[in-house]
Amino acid sequence: MPSSAAQADPIPANSIPTDRRLALHRTMQTIRATETTLSRLFADGEIPGFIHLSVGQEAVAAGVVGALGPQDSFATTHRGHGHVLARGVRLDLFFKEIMGRAGGICGGRGGSMHVADLSLGVLGANGIVGAGLPLATGSALAHQTRRTGGVAVAFFGDGAMAEGALHECLNMAALWTLPMVFVCENNGWSEFSPTSTQFAATLDKLGAAFGVPHRRVDGNDVAAVAEAAAEVVEAARGGGPRILECLTTRWHGHFEGDPQRYRNADEIAGLPQNDPLRRSAEALLAAGVEESALAALVDSVDAEIRDALEAARADALPDADAAFRDVYTPTTLTAGA
Amino acid sequence: MPKPLRYVNAVAQALNDAMAADPAVMLMGEDVAAAGGPFKATRGLLDAHGPERVRDTPISEASLVGAAVGAALTGMKPVVEIMFMDFVTLAMDAVVNQAAKARFMFGGQCSVPMVLRTPHGGGLNAGPQHSQCLEAWFAHIPGLRVVCPATVADAYSLLRAAIEAPDPVVVVENKALYALQGDIDVNAPREVGKARIDRAGRDATIVTYGATLYAARAAADRLAAEGIEAEIIDLRWIQPWDEEAVFASVAKTHRVVIAHEAVQAFGVGAEIAARIASDAFDDLDAPVLRVGAPFMPIAFAKTLEAAYLPDADRIVAAVKSTLA
Ligand SMILES: Cc1ncc(C[n+]2csc(CCOP(=O)(O)OP(=O)(O)O)c2C)c(N)n1
Ligand SMILES: [Mg+2]
Repeated sequence: MPSSAAQADPIPANSIPTDRRLALHRTMQTIRATETTLSRLFADGEIPGFIHLSVGQEAVAAGVVGALGPQDSFATTHRGHGHVLARGVRLDLFFKEIMGRAGGICGGRGGSMHVADLSLGVLGANGIVGAGLPLATGSALAHQTRRTGGVAVAFFGDGAMAEGALHECLNMAALWTLPMVFVCENNGWSEFSPTSTQFAATLDKLGAAFGVPHRRVDGNDVAAVAEAAAEVVEAARGGGPRILECLTTRWHGHFEGDPQRYRNADEIAGLPQNDPLRRSAEALLAAGVEESALAALVDSVDAEIRDALEAARADALPDADAAFRDVYTPTTLTAGA
Repeated sequence: MPKPLRYVNAVAQALNDAMAADPAVMLMGEDVAAAGGPFKATRGLLDAHGPERVRDTPISEASLVGAAVGAALTGMKPVVEIMFMDFVTLAMDAVVNQAAKARFMFGGQCSVPMVLRTPHGGGLNAGPQHSQCLEAWFAHIPGLRVVCPATVADAYSLLRAAIEAPDPVVVVENKALYALQGDIDVNAPREVGKARIDRAGRDATIVTYGATLYAARAAADRLAAEGIEAEIIDLRWIQPWDEEAVFASVAKTHRVVIAHEAVQAFGVGAEIAARIASDAFDDLDAPVLRVGAPFMPIAFAKTLEAAYLPDADRIVAAVKSTLA
């Protein structure tokens, strides 16, 4: 496990204004409350299939996605709820998708591992480890070619560092000076295996081999992530690829229902001490925000989630004939079965 | 009487016994060692056989399968696990261009005695990238063998057969069957390319493999209640498939339905139907029918997945229409 603060590069403290910090806090609270709700729904059998939650990693999603402009795009992973929520996907459409309802953002066809909102530049969560990296590389290529001014972000886990796709994409992004940020969410675990058993190199050295600058931050300090993300995103916009490695913590199992027998009990018990939400709340209180304001924020997020969940529960299940129609784009050709 | 085993434990038992019998057999895959496998198909094997022969690999499918080919060319008999069949896409070069062709293109100098185990199949609402049945791809590649054990007994003996076979074998398990209970016979014959008559009948033949066997059984029960006796052939091996057994059944019943969970178009059923049409045409009293998944990706939502998966209803309807 990374002990986040110890290994992170130093960040100038408190240079983010309080209202901006409050917005980041709200995003994190939305992710936490949504994931916690999903955990309960899954245990109650209201969610089919399997889901991977990002509780403990909210600061990465809030900080990185918060640094993106409307023209930017990103591809995420099987643990992608937080990134998509931070981008502002409609909560009701999100819940409907995860619950397999007709009105879901993908019509209930993808579920948790495939949430996508192309209108927001979200090229999808992904069921294939590492697959988002080439998608983001191509997205950056399109930004460059079309001169959109946009940057593409690839979120990937520490486990994905072992996939050839990362190495190949670093090479292409460096060769072509692509406007791209590689964001590694290093939570120390690849399924049931610690990173130390999975990857012999380090991301900074890997980046150096391709001439891609690397920054490492405490991924549970939302202000640190936000500042570093703003810096690397703007640097990438004209100056080519950057790597941002966020050291963070996975609180739940690899998937919901994973009993985590492979994990030391002390490690699990110690996780709340490095809670990105608690740390953010403490910083806000120290900056003079009233406790009642934070409580009101929690209540208002809860109300939004209640409404979204209610809408999802009321929604119909998808119709198979309608799904069949989206296998191809309607054209004059017909595809044979 | 031996205790009934779960399918997944029969897999572990076969791996264990193969490793005990032959020091060249080794296992590689993601979380197969310390964690005992994502589906627990390799539970206990690290303790029994040690970390040299039971290896956790990084998430590097292309290279872990490629490495298995290299190890097989250098005296080992690797059994690699691809966690979901959908992820085999990342390892296709190793399987298709390396494993399948090494013996042929090197002039018969070597064999590639490796096994790639992988679960396919839906029913768990695992979505479009965790549910696919891609076995037809491999059956299409000269040099590969493909087997789909449907029963607990076959999960054991066909995996043993695959490991003993000198050429690369893709062993396709269905994850919806992992909890199935049954008995194994460690001394059962370990045959390559032999089908099994699962149920004898005179009126129509249902050719199937994998989890669709159970839909075929349910269909045959319902047909029997209406006086129609269906014969079920569990193919077991897709490549090579047991032409003799299929043609013998066609000669008896004169009607055939081929049922599988994979997409129907360009699938295993298409090949078998074409061979029956060309080689057993005179035995047929009705067109050969297929029951498979529609030409679309498998979806996540319960209603969509349920509509997608071939079931007993569709097999019953197909058999009846061959008799109409
Ligand atoms: C190509 C591929 N191989 C294996 C898997 C199975 N799998 C899903 S998540 C995962 C671990 C990923 O670890 P990491 O990248 O660190 O992400 P985290 O789960 O920690 O967020 C694995 C092996 C997969 N989905 N795709
Ligand atoms: Mg990880």
